Amino acid sequence: METPILEMRDIVKIYPNGVMANKGVNFKVMPGEIHALLGENGAGKTTLMNILFGLQAPTSGEIFYKGKKVKIASPHDAIRLGIGMVHQHFMLVPSLTVAENIVLGMEPKRGVFFSKEDAYRITKEIGEKYGLEVPPKERVQDLPVGIRQRIEILKTLLRGAELLVLDEPTAVLTPQETEELFDALKKLVSQGKTIIFITHKLREVKEIGDRITVLRNGKNAGEALVKDVTEEDMSRMMVGRDVELIIHKTPSKPGEVILHVENIEYTPPGHNKLLKGISFSVREGEILGIAGVEGNGQRELIEILTGLREGDSGSVKVRGKELFGATPREIRLASVAHIPEDRMARGVAALASIEENLVVDRYFLPPFSKGKFSIDVKKIHENGEKLVKEFGIKAKSSVVPVEMLSGGNIQKVVVAREFTSNAKLIIANQPTRGIDVGATEFIRNRLVDERDRGAAVLLVSADLMEVMQLSDRLIVMYEGEIVGYFDSLDGLTEQELGKYMLGIKKDAPEKIKEAVVS
Amino acid sequence: MNEILKGILTPAFVYSIIRVTTPILFAALGALITDLAGVINIALEGIMLTAAFFGVLVSAFTQNMWLGLLAGVLSGVGIALILGYFSLNLKTDLILAGIAINLLASGGTIFLLYIFAGDKGTSSSLKSLVLPNINIPILKDIPILGPMFSGHHILTYIAIISVVIVHYFLYHTPLGLRLRAVGENPDAADSVGISVIKIKYIALMLSGIFAGLGGVHLSMGYVSWFARDMTSGRGFIALAAETLGGRTAIGTTLGSLVFGAADALSYSLQAFRMPSEFAQSFPFIITILALGFYAQQQISRAKKRKAASRR
Repeated sequence: METPILEMRDIVKIYPNGVMANKGVNFKVMPGEIHALLGENGAGKTTLMNILFGLQAPTSGEIFYKGKKVKIASPHDAIRLGIGMVHQHFMLVPSLTVAENIVLGMEPKRGVFFSKEDAYRITKEIGEKYGLEVPPKERVQDLPVGIRQRIEILKTLLRGAELLVLDEPTAVLTPQETEELFDALKKLVSQGKTIIFITHKLREVKEIGDRITVLRNGKNAGEALVKDVTEEDMSRMMVGRDVELIIHKTPSKPGEVILHVENIEYTPPGHNKLLKGISFSVREGEILGIAGVEGNGQRELIEILTGLREGDSGSVKVRGKELFGATPREIRLASVAHIPEDRMARGVAALASIEENLVVDRYFLPPFSKGKFSIDVKKIHENGEKLVKEFGIKAKSSVVPVEMLSGGNIQKVVVAREFTSNAKLIIANQPTRGIDVGATEFIRNRLVDERDRGAAVLLVSADLMEVMQLSDRLIVMYEGEIVGYFDSLDGLTEQELGKYMLGIKKDAPEKIKEAVVS
Repeated sequence: MNEILKGILTPAFVYSIIRVTTPILFAALGALITDLAGVINIALEGIMLTAAFFGVLVSAFTQNMWLGLLAGVLSGVGIALILGYFSLNLKTDLILAGIAINLLASGGTIFLLYIFAGDKGTSSSLKSLVLPNINIPILKDIPILGPMFSGHHILTYIAIISVVIVHYFLYHTPLGLRLRAVGENPDAADSVGISVIKIKYIALMLSGIFAGLGGVHLSMGYVSWFARDMTSGRGFIALAAETLGGRTAIGTTLGSLVFGAADALSYSLQAFRMPSEFAQSFPFIITILALGFYAQQQISRAKKRKAASRR
């Protein structure tokens, strides 16, 4: 049998905060193939590739390159071996020209001066050699994403890369650019290069992949030749099944419409359109779930709804009040609670105490405010102690800084605040990500309690179990659009939902319009 | 008013602009190099002051003006390296480290001045030297142009040459390219094996050389002594000049000239019985107005760019 160009054996990676991202992963790549590394977000793909490229040190495990055991301590080592990486965020200097970016660090010289002519020539030659034409004299900042990606690929090739790693290369590309990229990749393989392609888009794997390795939850979940498996097989390997938690839930009794979202459009500067006319509504006493693989516009949608990001157009009405473009405080005062996706960045002030974090949205209101210019420290402390007990936050007292707590307890601080604001609308984005089973179960049950109290709940989660267990109605987002709508989850299987999430299946527009109820 | 204009529109006034621009230009070139490398060098003021002091001190004790110049420049580089050590190795906040260095330079030079000259105000008791002025053959005999551009301090001519050198360094050498790459996207530079910290150190040392030359010009040319806090904000004005000049060598020169002109004007106005406090505040008023104008332009440019990307 042929020697693999790359073999990673029993790779374990434990981060300093205790998260185990790789739990003994084995990964083998044969020379001259396009190997797709598949898995959901958080499955450990990026960690594995960062270890390969020397950006992170593995806790344990071995790497063999061309049959020899190697140690890769820095990107420099990786480049020297012939491993090139095209990152999701391009490593380019926007104000420099294409040629300058390509030769950076190995500049051609004439005397003491940098030779632009030689740089242009080198760029042109390498571009022609690999069929990746780029305009050498243009500034990178003036070029579209597809060209920038080519520049990145050329950079690695000029440095002698034999094995190219592309981290979700199509995420930022238009369909045409994707086609061009695939043609280029096929050409590279025909010239003897090997390619590792990180993705979660199965269609693309089918189109250009030779072999796949699937990761799930930091472990190997399967390996196959692409021609032997269907997209359904791959999605089953990716999604799998988690531990089942017990959630007590009765059928919902929806009342009047609380949140009405209409035609939200958003294009981030310098990117493709990210949200393409999102419309739905949520009634009191029900949980509307948004399922989808991460990165399909959910984050931006929630940030627009909560005033953290400025959308291009659309309407967001809460109990009839227009809140599109309103500030986060205006939105919160309109009886909206928000459990943000990134609890450390948006959910808490890490250095402030638990009790302070519990009133950041209401310190200026009675009973915590005393007149206009002072706050009632005693009331804040009482409130803190009460909520620490009620929500079972494991801390010595409510004056402990939040950063001393574990992830699950920090999240409990966030939900303790958001669930006690008596909001009519609760927007929960990945409310149980990365926390322990106990805290997860607690938070899920509390979300149902809030629903039964009469709150409207909008739940975004990449965790299939979570959306399926909690939601009364469900929409699925894919590439900035709602591609599926379910007014009841009875009989819906994970496999079926997975097809929508991966863009294999799509509902008719009439069906999707039903997500707006009145 | 007429009289004032007559006093200003003379070859002597242009000469004076060039003269007072020199130290600002040197410091601004230092600011430019560090800024492009992604280090805001707020310690320029302290670097200039230290260099001005050591220039005077060493020239007085060795009676060699060139050794004085060398000592001034080296002390400037030394101060820049201290800033580098704190911000790049120890990862302290760059601005705080810069402020600390400025305070150290201010107090430290007064302390050393007292030890060596026995005076906390000026170095007039030391017999320090000045660097020569240079008359340029042919040019000096041309009417109007001669009195404007000939007979300047040697460092003024070096400053003008430095502009060209800095321009070529930044845009036509491999090191200049790497320096700009480090300043704009350190991750990109790192990913191709460029040592970010090394480049930043080089930038800081170069800015120490240039700001040091500016400091030496103040005490060994502009005047012939050292006085406490004699830089009087030129290091900060240099940062403004660099920003105003749009972060290019030529623009930085023009920006420095704007502030030099404001400075020169304030001296001329004092001669016309303008209250000196008002006249002296003139360069700083210009600084604020210029930066306000610049910021306005940046904002409208950013808005246009945003509008363009929406399309």
